[in-house]
Amino acid sequence: MPARIVTITSGKGGVGKTTATANLGVALALLGKRVVTIDTDIGLRNLDVMLGLENRIVYDLVDVVEGRCRLHQAMIRDKRLPQLYLLPAAQTRDKTAIGPEDLVAVCENLRPDFDFLLIDSPAGIERGFQTAVAPADLVLVVTTPEVASVRDADRVIGLVEADGKGPAQLIINRIKPGLVRRGDMLSTSDVVDVLAVELIGIVPEDERILVAANRGRPVAFDQHSPAGMAFRNVARRLLGEEVPFLSLDKGESFLGRLLGRMRPSD
Amino acid sequence: MGFWDRLLGRGEPPSREVARERLELVLGYDRAKISPQLLETLKDELINVISQYVEIDRDRVEISLTQDRRQGRLVASIPLRSGRRG
Repeated sequence: MPARIVTITSGKGGVGKTTATANLGVALALLGKRVVTIDTDIGLRNLDVMLGLENRIVYDLVDVVEGRCRLHQAMIRDKRLPQLYLLPAAQTRDKTAIGPEDLVAVCENLRPDFDFLLIDSPAGIERGFQTAVAPADLVLVVTTPEVASVRDADRVIGLVEADGKGPAQLIINRIKPGLVRRGDMLSTSDVVDVLAVELIGIVPEDERILVAANRGRPVAFDQHSPAGMAFRNVARRLLGEEVPFLSLDKGESFLGRLLGRMRPSD
Repeated sequence: MGFWDRLLGRGEPPSREVARERLELVLGYDRAKISPQLLETLKDELINVISQYVEIDRDRVEISLTQDRRQGRLVASIPLRSGRRG
């Protein structure tokens, strides 16, 4: 089966697009899928450091598009997971260096040999976003439960629909169950209701994300991380499995008790 | 806000509710690509047009934006001035 192309985007920056891309890449590869993660944030590349592959970059996506190297020369294989590859962004160019048709061509070249192509989109709704969405079979929109982030997610969901790439699916990142219970954070159902979109993931706030980014080892590797489990669940849903959502909104959830037990200082 | 305030319905509503209400409002305008000012202008013009045909209670006219899934809807409530009965 040719690869499914999934673009991860958000509108607002800093909500966890790159973290989500890195973790979904790891989670899908852990499930035995052949995956290429593609960083399209030209000039502000970060997916390489999230995956801990920054020291192995020789060529990048722009080199491929401009014909300075062959596609496979730019792809970095993750030694921890041989089915996982990174196609890094160029760091010295800007977002105009590649256009939608370039990325479509690269993806079409990769499609026959992989199960998933995960495209990490730049923030914003300009050309870089349009490029990242162009090859997509499915668009995942990442938001945090905050007014500004949800508002931008709504804009992006509308644009994805207008592009004929909808309906987008939603990942709500950095939910803090304690704050929701206290009435000081939008709940997952608040966000899903106002955006009127299908949910594919709920990721709780998790300090291990920070540690994982420090180490260049995504939390999806970590069997004890609640966020890691959430991303592994998203990967299984992408494969068509029915996986119940972690219950974070009401009462003392199982996860809350688990978190409380694991981190008594919280 | 303390426990007793909340129990007795005093004090400010939880910020989560405020956030949700503000989002619903701002998304309504974003999606319809109209501003609150434009809606006011529309309302004034609507009142003028309708008044040419029927007598309406100008002060109680309400125009609002609602959302049904991602479908926006303009809802107008235009009370008629009831004629003298009998």
